[in-house]
Amino acid sequence: MLRFILTRLGLVIPTFLGITFLTFLLIRLVPGDPIEVRVGERGIAPERLAELRREMGLDQPLWQQFLDYVGNVLSGDLGTSLVTRNSVLSEFATLFPATLELAFCAMLFSVLIGLPAGVLAAVKRGSWFDHGVMGLSLTGYSMPIFWWGLLLILFFSVQLGLTPVSGRLDLLYYIEPVTGFMLIDTLLVGETDAFWSALRHLILPTIVLGTIPLAVVARMTRSAMLEVLSEDYIRTARAKGLPQRRVIGLHALRNALIPVVTVIGLQVGTLLGGAILTETIFSWPGVGKWLIESINRRDYPALQGGVLLIATAVIAVNLIVDLLYGVFNPRIRHAR
Amino acid sequence: MTTETQSAATPATTPAPGRPPHPLAEFWYHFRQNTGAVIGLAVIVLIALTALTAPFVAPHDPNIQYRDAILVPPVWQDGGSWRFLLGTDDIGRDMLSRLIFGARLSLLVGLIVVTLSLAVGLALGLTAGFFRGIADTLIMRAMDILLALPSLLLAVVVAAILGPGLVNAMLAVSVVVIPHYARLTRAAVLAEASKDYVVASRVAGAGRLRLMLVVVLPNCLAPLIVQATLGFSTAILDAAALGFLGLGAQPPTPEWGTMLSSSLQFLQSAPWVVTWPGVAILVTVLAFNLLGDGLRDALDPKLKR
Amino acid sequence: MALLDIRNLSVAFTTRAGTFRAVDGIDLSVEEGEVLGIVGESGSGKSVTSLALMGLLPPGSRVTADRLNFAGTDLLSLSPAQRRRVVGKDIAMVFQEPMSSLNPCFTVGFQLGETLKVHEGLSGRALRRRCIELLEQVGIPDPESRLSAFPHQLSGGMSQRVMIAIAVACNPRLLIADEPTTALDVTIQRQILDLLVGLQRDRGMGLILITHDMGVVAETAQRAVVMYAGQVAETRPVEALFTRPRHPYTGALLDALPERALGKRRLPTIPGVVPGIMDRPEGCVFNPRCRFAAARCRSERPALFEVDEGLARCFYPLPDVPLPDGILPGGLHTRGMGQASGEGLGEGAAR
Repeated sequence: MLRFILTRLGLVIPTFLGITFLTFLLIRLVPGDPIEVRVGERGIAPERLAELRREMGLDQPLWQQFLDYVGNVLSGDLGTSLVTRNSVLSEFATLFPATLELAFCAMLFSVLIGLPAGVLAAVKRGSWFDHGVMGLSLTGYSMPIFWWGLLLILFFSVQLGLTPVSGRLDLLYYIEPVTGFMLIDTLLVGETDAFWSALRHLILPTIVLGTIPLAVVARMTRSAMLEVLSEDYIRTARAKGLPQRRVIGLHALRNALIPVVTVIGLQVGTLLGGAILTETIFSWPGVGKWLIESINRRDYPALQGGVLLIATAVIAVNLIVDLLYGVFNPRIRHAR
Repeated sequence: MTTETQSAATPATTPAPGRPPHPLAEFWYHFRQNTGAVIGLAVIVLIALTALTAPFVAPHDPNIQYRDAILVPPVWQDGGSWRFLLGTDDIGRDMLSRLIFGARLSLLVGLIVVTLSLAVGLALGLTAGFFRGIADTLIMRAMDILLALPSLLLAVVVAAILGPGLVNAMLAVSVVVIPHYARLTRAAVLAEASKDYVVASRVAGAGRLRLMLVVVLPNCLAPLIVQATLGFSTAILDAAALGFLGLGAQPPTPEWGTMLSSSLQFLQSAPWVVTWPGVAILVTVLAFNLLGDGLRDALDPKLKR
Repeated sequence: MALLDIRNLSVAFTTRAGTFRAVDGIDLSVEEGEVLGIVGESGSGKSVTSLALMGLLPPGSRVTADRLNFAGTDLLSLSPAQRRRVVGKDIAMVFQEPMSSLNPCFTVGFQLGETLKVHEGLSGRALRRRCIELLEQVGIPDPESRLSAFPHQLSGGMSQRVMIAIAVACNPRLLIADEPTTALDVTIQRQILDLLVGLQRDRGMGLILITHDMGVVAETAQRAVVMYAGQVAETRPVEALFTRPRHPYTGALLDALPERALGKRRLPTIPGVVPGIMDRPEGCVFNPRCRFAAARCRSERPALFEVDEGLARCFYPLPDVPLPDGILPGGLHTRGMGQASGEGLGEGAAR
C-alpha cells in the first residue's frame, strides 16, 4: 500500500512542474511586455523600464526566470494582483472556500441523485424509468449550464420568488469568516436565520453546477451496474438466497462503485471549470468569478496564480481519488 | 445459457445468410435500431441544411435593426406578430434570422475545432504509439498536463491570452480537446500494432509511414469517429460558453452564446431573447450527443448491451 | 417420496428471432442421499435446468412445469421471498467458474458468513467458529487466516473449495454441482470431486452432478440422465447405462471415450453439432447425427420408451453389445481405476 501511494505521488510531480511551466509561459505569451502591460497607456521612460526589467528579473535568460518562478511558487509567492495590490495567494485563499462549498454541494447533489437513479435504471433496464433517466441525463449532459442557470433564476427566483437571485447571503447578515464555509460559519455563531439564508442562496447554484456531473454519474452508474449484474458472483449471491436489496445494494453496488468513484473524481475538474460560469451567473464570490474579473481587468498575475492554484487543487483531488481507488478495489490494494 | 441466447440472436442480425453483409450495410442495420441516434442525425441534417441555405430561409437580415419593433414577443404571445416569428431583440433584430445565421457559426465552430484537434491529436497519437520511447513519454506527459486543467478553465485562459474573438475561441477550444484524440489514437495504435496483420505487413516490407497511415490507421478509425462526433457537441458548448463570458465571438455576431450574454438584462422583461439561443444550443448539442452514442453502439456491437 | 420431483419442465427464452426452448419437457427426480449425474454436450440444456430449479434464470426466460416439487413443496407456487428461504439453504449450488463466482470485493469470511447470517441468524463468535469449521471440512489449510483473504488471493481449486463451503454451509438437502471441475487443473479436479462425494456421503444429501465428462458420472453417480438438445435422451442406473447403452447418442458418447477406443486408429467422434434455435430437425432431434437413423426417425418425434431399468427416447434402442475384454464400467474414465471410484459404484449398485 505504501509503495502504491509513493508511485502515485511520483507521477504527480512532473505533472505539477508541467502546469507550473504552462502558467509561467502564460504571462510571456500575452502580447506585449509584462511591464508595458502594467503601466498601460500612460507610457514609461526607457531608463525606468530597464530598471524595472532588472528588478523583476526580466533581463535574465528564460530558463533562469523559470527557475526563479518555480522557487517563488514553492515558497508560496505567487505575485501580487495588479488591481488590488494584494498577494494573489491570500486573495485566492479568501475566495476559494466559497467555490469549494459550492463545488462540494454540487458534488453531493449529483451523487445523491445520480447514484440511486443509475442503480435503479440498471435494475429496471428497458423500463420507462430507465429510458427516462437516460434521456434526462443525456439532456443534462448537453445542457449549456449558463443558460440553464438563467432559466432557473427566471422560474424560481423571478416568477415564484422562492430563491434569491445572486450572492451567498442576505445583506442583512454579516458573518465573520472562520472556516470560509458559509453553512458552517453561520452555525458557529449560532445565527440560524443566516444559515437558512445561506442555504437558500446555495440551492440554485448547486443545481446548475451539479447538472453535468449528475448526468455523468447517473450514466456511469447505470452502465457499471449493468456490467456487474451479469457477473458470475451476482449469480452466486442470488444462489445463496440473499434478499434482492442485499444482492443489488451490497454485492453489485460495491463492485460498480469502483469505476463510478473514478468518474466522480474526474468530475472535480469539470466542477471547478463549471464554477467559472455558475459563479458568473449567480455573482457567487468565488475564484471562478474572480478569474473572469481578472481577465477583464487584465490582471495577469492574478490569472496566472489562480490557474496554477486551481490546477493544483484538481491534481490533489485526482491523487486522493487514485488513493481511494486503492481502498475501494482490493485487487489494487494487494497488488505486489 | 448465454450461448443459447447468443446463437438465438445471430440469425436475426445477419440479413443474408451465407454471404457476409457489406460492412456499411451492417453498420446501418445496427444504427437504425437506435431511435435516438436516428433522431439526432435527422436534427443535425435539418440544422445543417438550414445553415447552408441561411440567406434564403431567414426571413430577415440578421443585423438589420427594426427601430419600430424593439423587443417584440414571439407570435403566439400578446403583442407578437407574424412578421417576427420568434420575436425581436433589444435593438429590433429578428430572433429567428439571428438563430438561423447562428447555426452557421456553431456548425462551423464544430467543424473547424474537430478538424483541427483531430488532425493534431491524430499526429501526436500516431507518433507516440509508433515511435514509443522518449517521443511517447514527452507527448503523453504533455497531454496529461493539459488534461489536469479543467477544460473550460484552459479554454478561458487560452482565449484570454489570444484575445477575445470567434477565431481565437475556436483555437482555444481546439487546444483543450487535443489530448482526448491523442490518447485515443495512441491506445488504438498500441492495440492494433501487436496484431498479426500488422506484423504480417511489416514482414512483407511495408515502410513505417505506410504501416502507420495505410495499415493501422483505418483500423483505429471507429473510436475516433465516435469521439469526433461527440467533439462537435463539446466544441459548440464550449464556444458558446466563451461567447457568454465575453471571450468568444463579439457582438453583433449572431453567435448563440454571445446573443445570450448581450441580452441578459432583458431576462425578466423579455425572456424570449434569452430562451431561444439556449434552446438552439441545447438541441444542437443533444443531437450530436445522440448521434455519437448511436455511432458508438453501431460501430462497436461488442460494446452494445 | 422423492426429494426432488420435476415433471415436464420447459424453459423458453424470448429473443428477437423468436422463442427458443432451451429445455423441452424434461422429467427428473432425485431421492434423498442419491447422486444423480446429468451428462450432455454444451447447449444440451443441463445448466439451464439447474438454474431454473434455483430460480436464477435471467428475466426474459419463461419456466413452466407440471410439477417442480422439492421436499413436498411446489417451488413454482412460492413467492420470490419464500423461495429465497429455500434456495441457498435447502438447495445449494456450486458453479463452473470458481474464480469469477466469488465477489472480488469481499473477503472469504464475509461471503461464507453471510449465508449463515441470512439463513440461520448466526453472528459474532458462533458465526466465526462455524465458518472455520466449514473451511476445515472442505480441506482448506489454515482456515482462520483464510477468512480475511480476498478471492484474488486464492487459486482456482481453493476458490472452488470456498464455493463448496458456502454451498454446504446451511446443510442443504440437495446440492447441485454444475461442471464443478471443468475450469480446474486436471490434478485438482480429482480432489474437488472426491470432496463433493465425501461431503455428500457424510451428510446424506442429494447431489446432482452436471458434467460433460462420462468418466466423472461413472465414478460418482448412481443414476444418470443423458441430455440432448433440451430433452432427456436416456435415463438409467449408471452401470446399466455404461454397459448396455440404449440410446445411440449415449452409445456414441461412450465410444468417444479414449479408453474404449484402444486399438482403434482414430478416436470416434460424433459428427455435427447440437441443433440451435433455427435448425431443429423434424422427427427425433438427434437424427441428423445418428448413425442408425431410419425414415421414421426423420418424420416422427420419439417419446421416452421403457427399456431395461430405465427410459430412452429412441424408436430403435441399441441391442446389447459385448464390451471388449478388460474394460469394466468403473474403469471407463481417464483417471484410471481409483479406489474412490470403485467404492462409489459399488455403493450405487448396492442400493
